[in-house]
Amino acid sequence: MTEPTMSRSTDANRVRKVVSVQAPQMVAWRVFTEKMGTWWPLAHYKIGGANAVDAVIEPRVGGRWYERGDDGSTCQWGSVLAWEPHSLLVLSWDISADWQYDPTLKTEIEVRFSADGSDRTRVELEHRHLDRYGARRDEMRRIFDTEGDWGRLLEAFARAAEA
Amino acid sequence: MGDPTRREVLKRLRGGGRSVGEIAEGMEVSRPAVSQHLKILKAARLVTVHAVGTRRVYAVDTRGVESLRKWLDGFWDEALTAFKVMAEREATKEKKR
Repeated sequence: MTEPTMSRSTDANRVRKVVSVQAPQMVAWRVFTEKMGTWWPLAHYKIGGANAVDAVIEPRVGGRWYERGDDGSTCQWGSVLAWEPHSLLVLSWDISADWQYDPTLKTEIEVRFSADGSDRTRVELEHRHLDRYGARRDEMRRIFDTEGDWGRLLEAFARAAEA
Repeated sequence: MGDPTRREVLKRLRGGGRSVGEIAEGMEVSRPAVSQHLKILKAARLVTVHAVGTRRVYAVDTRGVESLRKWLDGFWDEALTAFKVMAEREATKEKKR
């Protein structure tokens, strides 16, 4: 079994992952973009008040990336910056450290799909520009110190760190 | 880290730095047990410790971006592992058609 590899990069401003999937490139692309709701850990990673039932990427540059709640409400996470079917997807992730949508944040997630034979796909993911959180560090600290939502992020981190 | 005691310890530190004794106060686990949990949290860089006089005070590690990067690192491991399972299931389904 191949686990996503841990990034050994010393660059604090990005996270890199590579995963090899036993699926044709087209299938890997489709599951990532069209069926995100089937694998995204919605129970832990959502921002709306309602129970999230789906994660949706509108299939075009400028499209929205959002969660849909069981009450029909939607909460935006970011938007589509690059859309090149079957090979390249770039999303902005505009969720702040206090777990709210902030369209000025714009950290970026680049996902590259490349065929490794006819039925295996290499998926490379890079989450970058994390330094854009840096300008908000003081704000984050204040929120944290006053027992805000930062604690939720930390608890989610704690759960993730255990996995 | 999914341990409820460790989550409780983190929760108690949200209001500011505290000593082991202060953290353990009113908890159902012993003070040495709390120390053990703090050691694990410190290794995970979720908690820092510094001396105030003769006391050792524990606080949440708020080194901004690095904490966030570590959190995202774990998050993407979890998400991509789930993605891999679904993509492979889908590929198997399509092959059978």
